Amino acid sequence: MGVFRVLKDDRGGQLLLLFLTAVAIVIPLLNLLVPEGSPFHVTTYTVSLFGKYLTYALLAVAVDLVWGYLGILSLGHAAFFALGGYVMGMYLMRQIGDRGVYGDPVLPDFMVFLNWKELPWFWQGLDMFWFAAIMIALVPGLLAFVFGWLAFRSRVTGVYLSIITQALTYALMLAFFRNEMGFGGNNGLTDFKEILGFSLQSDATKVGLFVASAVALALGYLACRWIVTSKLGRVTVAIRDAEDRTRFIGYRVEYFKLWVFTFSAILAGIAGALYVPQVGIINPGEFSPLNSIELVIWVAIGGRYTLYGAVIGALLVNYAKTVLTGVWPDAWLFALGAMFVLVTLFLPKGIAGIFRRKPA
Amino acid sequence: MSMLSDVRETMRRDEVWSFMAPPPSLDLDVSHGPILYLEELNVSFDGFKAINDLTLYIDAGELRCIIGPNGAGKTTMMDIITGKTQPDSGKAFFGQRIDLLKLSEPQIATAGIGRKFQKPTVFEFHRVIDNLELAMRADKGVWPTLFAKLSSDQQDYLDETLDLIGLKEQRNAMAGSLSHGQKQWLEIGMLLVQQPHLLLVDEPVAGMTHQEMDRTAELLVSLAGKHSVVVVEHDMDFVRSIARKVTVLHQGSVLAEGSMDDVQNDQRVIDVYLGG
Repeated sequence: MGVFRVLKDDRGGQLLLLFLTAVAIVIPLLNLLVPEGSPFHVTTYTVSLFGKYLTYALLAVAVDLVWGYLGILSLGHAAFFALGGYVMGMYLMRQIGDRGVYGDPVLPDFMVFLNWKELPWFWQGLDMFWFAAIMIALVPGLLAFVFGWLAFRSRVTGVYLSIITQALTYALMLAFFRNEMGFGGNNGLTDFKEILGFSLQSDATKVGLFVASAVALALGYLACRWIVTSKLGRVTVAIRDAEDRTRFIGYRVEYFKLWVFTFSAILAGIAGALYVPQVGIINPGEFSPLNSIELVIWVAIGGRYTLYGAVIGALLVNYAKTVLTGVWPDAWLFALGAMFVLVTLFLPKGIAGIFRRKPA
Repeated sequence: MSMLSDVRETMRRDEVWSFMAPPPSLDLDVSHGPILYLEELNVSFDGFKAINDLTLYIDAGELRCIIGPNGAGKTTMMDIITGKTQPDSGKAFFGQRIDLLKLSEPQIATAGIGRKFQKPTVFEFHRVIDNLELAMRADKGVWPTLFAKLSSDQQDYLDETLDLIGLKEQRNAMAGSLSHGQKQWLEIGMLLVQQPHLLLVDEPVAGMTHQEMDRTAELLVSLAGKHSVVVVEHDMDFVRSIARKVTVLHQGSVLAEGSMDDVQNDQRVIDVYLGG
């Protein structure tokens, strides 16, 4: 079976899938079946919190695919995440129907507030889930494709590429902040009611979203793993280490970069789409350059070039963030910086580097 | 350029638009003898003429050595042939039909020109066998590569090549762990599995022991005939051991050409290079 082949020689990946299967079974049980008073009960808040971590982990895997295996340090990957999130947010807005504050059957509240009379063209069709699902992959994918086409064909690499990815997400942030863009401006999209007819307030829906995130992470991990164990994966590592050499043995380096980058952006978009219904809001802050940088730090701390390291990093750092910002909010950025410095100094291969056996 | 001349250029009636023209031919035609035609090439970097009116022909099946002092333009010449550098003027044809100046590096590699770099560059994070697999002649598009599987024939072919380059023991070792000489051999192996028509070999024996050098010489000589081989080398003993025809480059153009003895006795060559 394919699944066994791609996970052969990948202890971390095997453990990760076991872990995901376990949490996808145990946490829903502890939430839905164990009574609320019991010490084993997991609150719905925690379920959504963990669900959010899992979407972050999927995003981190997408970043590791392009950074660890292709050598592209993208400092704008949160943009693809946010775009996927916005598409999902638009779908959820359309599901509100006439239950909004202004009670307009079609227009979301913020459009009524802005005195708009009809739905802009890019909001059309997003009331249908299947169409939204396609757009969740298509919008980030298309942006990555066009961006990558221009950047890779002109052979922009290294730090210059990182800077323009950063500029990309910053530009998107500024654009989405504007009210006339039609994405809710500063406030973003929120106040969602239901997804696919299930109320977003109910425990069962939240558990469902959690399980969907776990499944998406598992599938995303397997897909990335499949890519990196194929010959294409070996070509991408070759590009990372000796780009010119790869060109001289006949590979069109820019096409390889383009496809892997686009795939990674689609994964990020899917992660964003799962993130939004669990946190209940999407706003332009998600495009903030800081988010993309933090994301790179998760991967560095977890250990790049392993894929599962990215998951460890995302889960660990975000858990630490939740705890620390609760206890001592001002210290979080210092703690993040300290973690990054310490890992770079003492664990250059990240946390995953501790477990990894030395190559033969 | 003014808009008018842009429009005229676009609307020319004597040729079709470039995007409508058929893709450049990659069929090698050597019926007239030479496999490589370099004619009146000029390259300058910031005013420095690296290649100066260089004209050079390589016959099919020939083993040619190119020597010359540092800065004579040997590596720049290879860069032009493999598409890394665009010349300011001149022509470079592979066979009669393939215009090298219109192709990208991967297209040139696919057309059948393989290159070994001066500094051995292998993929250090891959096993030796994977290095060969990546270089092996195959469809190198994105999708075929994603679904590529080694057939048993290909597997055998790679193992044979490993045997030939003497790295059988290191089959599963990381390429980064090889010695300098072994890396040179691996790179020669990577060149061979591309099955090129023309091999450009830049300083193949740098860092090799005498024994390894002899084996390299043997290998290169055995390749000639079926392939065309161009060797750039500094080591005179090595050149003497393999060369039938030697070209001396100096200040970006051909100074002398002929057998090793002829060249060594040429007064101009002695002045700029051998004697110095």
